[in-house]
Amino acid sequence: MTDNKIDSPLISGQDSMRVFEGLNRGMSRRNALQMLGVAGVAAVGAGSLFGAAGKLFADEAATPGKGKPGGRIRVAGMSSSTADTLDPAKGALSTDYARHYMFYNGLTRFDPHLVPQLELAERIDNTDATLWTITLRKDVTFHNGKTLSAADVVFSLSRHKDPLTGSKVMPLMEQFVEIKATGTNEVQIRLSAPNAELPSILAVSHLLIVPEGTTDFNAGVGTGPFKVKEFKPGVRSVAVRNTGYWKPGLPYLDEIEFIAIGDEASRVNALLSGDVHMINEVNPRSTTRIKASAKHRVVDAPSGNYTDLIIRQDQMPGKSAEFTQAMKHLMDREQIKSAVFRGFAVVGNDHPIAPGSRYYNADLPQTVYDPEKAKFLLKKAGMESISMPLVASPAATGSVDIAVLLQQSAKQAGLKLDVNRLPSDGYWSNHWMKHPLSFGNINPRPNADVMFSQFFQSKAPWNESGWQNDQFDQLLMLARGETDDAKRSKMYADMQTLVHDHCGIGVPVFISNIDGVDQRIKGYGSNPLGGFMGYMFAEQVWLDA
Amino acid sequence: MNSNTLWLIGRRLGAAIVALLIVSMVVFAITAVLPGDAAQQSLGQFATPEQVAALRLKLGLDQPGVLRYLHWLMNLLSGDMGLSVSNAMPVTELMAGRVPNTLMLAAATALVSVPVALVLGIGSAMGRGGRIDSFLSFFTLAMVAVPEFLVATLAVLIFAVNLGWLSALSYASDITSPWQFMRTYALPVMTLCCVIVAQMSRMTRAAVIDQLDSPYVEMARLKGVSPMRIVLRHALPNAIGPIANAIALSLSYLLGGVVIVETIFNYPGIASLMVDAVTNRDMALVQACTMLFCTAYLGLVLIADLCAILSNPRLRNQ
Repeated sequence: MTDNKIDSPLISGQDSMRVFEGLNRGMSRRNALQMLGVAGVAAVGAGSLFGAAGKLFADEAATPGKGKPGGRIRVAGMSSSTADTLDPAKGALSTDYARHYMFYNGLTRFDPHLVPQLELAERIDNTDATLWTITLRKDVTFHNGKTLSAADVVFSLSRHKDPLTGSKVMPLMEQFVEIKATGTNEVQIRLSAPNAELPSILAVSHLLIVPEGTTDFNAGVGTGPFKVKEFKPGVRSVAVRNTGYWKPGLPYLDEIEFIAIGDEASRVNALLSGDVHMINEVNPRSTTRIKASAKHRVVDAPSGNYTDLIIRQDQMPGKSAEFTQAMKHLMDREQIKSAVFRGFAVVGNDHPIAPGSRYYNADLPQTVYDPEKAKFLLKKAGMESISMPLVASPAATGSVDIAVLLQQSAKQAGLKLDVNRLPSDGYWSNHWMKHPLSFGNINPRPNADVMFSQFFQSKAPWNESGWQNDQFDQLLMLARGETDDAKRSKMYADMQTLVHDHCGIGVPVFISNIDGVDQRIKGYGSNPLGGFMGYMFAEQVWLDA
Repeated sequence: MNSNTLWLIGRRLGAAIVALLIVSMVVFAITAVLPGDAAQQSLGQFATPEQVAALRLKLGLDQPGVLRYLHWLMNLLSGDMGLSVSNAMPVTELMAGRVPNTLMLAAATALVSVPVALVLGIGSAMGRGGRIDSFLSFFTLAMVAVPEFLVATLAVLIFAVNLGWLSALSYASDITSPWQFMRTYALPVMTLCCVIVAQMSRMTRAAVIDQLDSPYVEMARLKGVSPMRIVLRHALPNAIGPIANAIALSLSYLLGGVVIVETIFNYPGIASLMVDAVTNRDMALVQACTMLFCTAYLGLVLIADLCAILSNPRLRNQ
């Protein structure tokens, strides 16, 4: 395949909605494209579903002039500590991401359906999905007055490859063999192997663009809609409107004070008493309190976040395929959804792609709760009355409750599980993936490729269950280089089937994000990436007071 | 103040230095035993081994613990508290942002709680066995028994959410008028008072009653001195020692032990800073906070002892 130009105006916001809803109903990607009457586009590849740069605003809820300018709001996130950072590479928590999107922009940006849209990039061309050329917008300046240039992009992307940067996406960046400036406004990226999903990788918060040579990130100098007025790690940040923002008419708000209240009950109280306008990570149990208030509303955002049962495949009892299968049948998904998450969840099917996401395989039969079948499988494996420890921790959301439910259903199949509840502190470094039966929690990833490469590929460091499957690995590599979207879709469907049938991962539900929002906040939507509109609320909301 | 008192102060200061040294060693050892280190905590769930190794090298975590401790100690002696591992800011800067907040909250609470506790304690001692005493005893014991998170949460629900009179959050930085100060500090101060007033008034009551039972008070009563004068002029000066100690203990709690109140009201004080430091395995910050708490505690106890000595002619002239 030769150069693909992907800057033609393809899709309007309404079309995009229509397609997304269609995909939710299980329509194939090819059908979706035909629906738009642009069948020829299918040949262009997945990363190409861009609106043109000029159509950027039409795809988002925030059309210039729609919102009301002015106003100051206070927002409370869920966690804050002295480890808070304004270095995009180190962002670890929702608080960090939300701040990063206030002060920085990426080359691309996720829309509410996780389709990447052009941001600082004016156009993105590729040859065989391996050699990518990114042309930057010319009218963009940093908060310190410096004009955005290719050198800044090269610096921002290259620093992730240095272990000392402490980047959270270092493994993802290993495929970037060469990043170089080929002009003042042009950057060329050579990948180690084809990856048609590059535009969506460039949209992750860690790859937001900082000025070349930055060493002290506490000043938060970026190109974003807000400038740093105050930043005290563990206390608060105050962001003021960037009057010279390159998107005309945005942002609406004058000032955003961002704090964090770790205690959930206190966070809800702060919202209800009017001290803050917006909170995230509301416990499903608290939603009735927020709904009871006329001044506030609950925003339920389905997401790709899941807490999974990890059955290690490289040791007993997980080595037995029957045992693994039995464990999957012992999870009462409906009960987990209603009892643990009060309905704020979507039932999962033992693979990491959430219903409604791109490439979700809707034809895969749902694993159902069936203790009889589990009993039969356990008997077949010769493990009818064994006793196993099951490791859970508050660090993996809801896992302690899920473990207790699982313990009850396992009893019916004759399996005795001892729930071993471990503290959050040190769980990820000392216990995660290290027990025959335990729980993990995986945050939403930008696309199916990243998800599969990081957590399911045989040699992936976070291959949670130690699963080895050559066929899966081959499919993964093939899909990455495949620019025909229909074929990619089929490959991803096959990979979901393999994970569903053979991998040692049980995904009972996908956990929805719940935000609490003041009624006066307008323009607030949802994004599968996370709460606070995928952490990107700052530029899009306004205050109608 | 005579040579005796000065000798006492000198001895206490010497002991304090030894105590601080021992505490710093113990804290260092305990933090080292905790699972995971600063590099792992900072890189999080999805760290790769190369990253952890590189960061350990950068932070000097590859060196043996004893060496790291000595290194920290040498820096401290030259006045350098070190850098915070989690965000590369100087520890002194992080502390400087929080210490005034903690002192302000402690001062406001002390200003309200100490007089109230003294009045309640002396009042119930005077009416010992009577109706007021039983009521106050019941009330203060109940206050001690109710955990502070419950008091705080209930107070927020009633005064901030339902009535809307006060703020659910306490910011030290947004205060411009005395009225705002009241609004901001009312709930945390009230919560903390519930806890420490009870302790201090119980101690005051016990100390005063102890004196009221002594022969010289009986003598005074036989001579017809008024009850008020007996308590204030005769019993109280002798009870100041134990009372001062009770107050010192309560105040030292205000300086470092108010994590729950800081969490619920989102008050940026020193206690939550220390919790962060431990979570992030941020050794320099943990040590600095510990040293601060320990020094404050030793200082308060020393002041309490001095109060006891100076208020008592027998001890003063020994």
